[in-house]
Amino acid sequence: MEALGKYFIFLGKLLVNRESFGTYVKLVIDECMAIGINSIFLVSLVSFFMGAVTTIQTAYNLISPLIPDYVISLVVRDMTILELAPTIIGVIYAGKVGSSMASGLGTMRISEQIDALEVMGINSTSYLVLPKVIGSVLMYPLLVILAGLLSMIGGYLAGHLTGVITPTEYIYGIRFEFNPYMVTFAMIKSLAFAFLVATISSFKGYYTTGGAVEVGKASTSAVTQSVIAILTADYLLAQLLLK
Amino acid sequence: MITIENIHKSFQGKSILNGISGVFEQGKPNLIIGASGTGKSVLLKCIVGLIPPDEGHIYYDDKEFTNASRDLKTEIRREIGMLFQGGALFDSKTVEQNVMFPLDVLTKMPAGEKIDRVNFCLERVGLKGQNNKMPSEISGGMQKRVGIARAIVNSSRFLFCDEPNSGLDPQTSILIDDLILEITEEYNITTLVVTHDMNSVLGIGSRIMFLYKGVKCWEGTKDEITDSGVKEFDDFVFANKVMQRLR
Repeated sequence: MEALGKYFIFLGKLLVNRESFGTYVKLVIDECMAIGINSIFLVSLVSFFMGAVTTIQTAYNLISPLIPDYVISLVVRDMTILELAPTIIGVIYAGKVGSSMASGLGTMRISEQIDALEVMGINSTSYLVLPKVIGSVLMYPLLVILAGLLSMIGGYLAGHLTGVITPTEYIYGIRFEFNPYMVTFAMIKSLAFAFLVATISSFKGYYTTGGAVEVGKASTSAVTQSVIAILTADYLLAQLLLK
Repeated sequence: MITIENIHKSFQGKSILNGISGVFEQGKPNLIIGASGTGKSVLLKCIVGLIPPDEGHIYYDDKEFTNASRDLKTEIRREIGMLFQGGALFDSKTVEQNVMFPLDVLTKMPAGEKIDRVNFCLERVGLKGQNNKMPSEISGGMQKRVGIARAIVNSSRFLFCDEPNSGLDPQTSILIDDLILEITEEYNITTLVVTHDMNSVLGIGSRIMFLYKGVKCWEGTKDEITDSGVKEFDDFVFANKVMQRLR
């Protein structure tokens, strides 16, 4: 409970005693580059194979003359948009971006760089963490959109190359009874996950004490707690928004 | 001038600072000395506001700092420059970007003026032309000098140095000490140096405060250290073989 209270105080500090707006613009752009652009390759790779594997496994489980083939791509679409793109990519995002945030801030803490900012009269929480949170909230939904698209392309190619579904049926299934609210739901989830990963990882890194070993522990803890938060939020949001 | 009154600080029930008071004068280096673990760095961090004291008051000139509002604390801190033990340079920024950092964030100075000011400060600490090097590409002594340049770039009125000579060879240590002394006198700033280096004490110790087990045990100048009459202080000063011979 004490840690939770400290986390909320930490969130409060993000918004008080900030520097000028201009100071944050460059920092946010830098964070967007570090968070978004540098994650594109990994997210693309994972999403592509995720779609391909989902297509083949769904086809394997749906061998029945009563079920039309386009159901395979329909399942791929719904799984990708509702769960795989926002949540599984979220777990990967926590591993890549969250650990990087925690270790970066942890290193700054133990090498007194954060103290140096404080002594200058700069709110180090706001200066260092707010751009990460904004960058994360801006970039992660875009990564999720990319992941969803590539997952469906991966499924298309896998289905076509293995012959489990024809391209025409695949596209028919993708478009069949599409509910746009699923995309809205995925975006709400992605915003929540982006916020959780950025704030939890920054919190763990910011309050690192000790030396190099503790920076490693903070990084591991950041990933673990971010993943737990993502899964909990995933369940709660599904309960709240899919009724 | 900085005045501290009755500073107390404990961590998990263990008393680290026990009622320390003193005045740190403007225009001369004020040294806080003592053996490792006596609370020197904790006292320094209390004074700059990185650690809140449990009791006591800290005054920057006539402004009370300990219980000041956030805005007043920020205002005071913007007049503070600090050289950290490890330099605390931002390792993703070049030497120039490190020194320019306080100007970038805290002022609205035009870009040209900022460059001129940075070059002036780098020249002042003997690092002319090193602008584009990364902290990892320069020596420990040079990192300390960059730290000093960053501390003075914003025309700070208060300079704090935490173990400025740690990890440096004796010659480089003297260079750093001389630089701190020159800058203090030239800009008439209030400088507070935490050290356990006797060379620094003898070189720049205009005002010296000796801490022993969290208590101020002795106070004086470098000319008075040989006849302090305080056993703990004598034990500290004459632990060094060179000092023993001098004695």
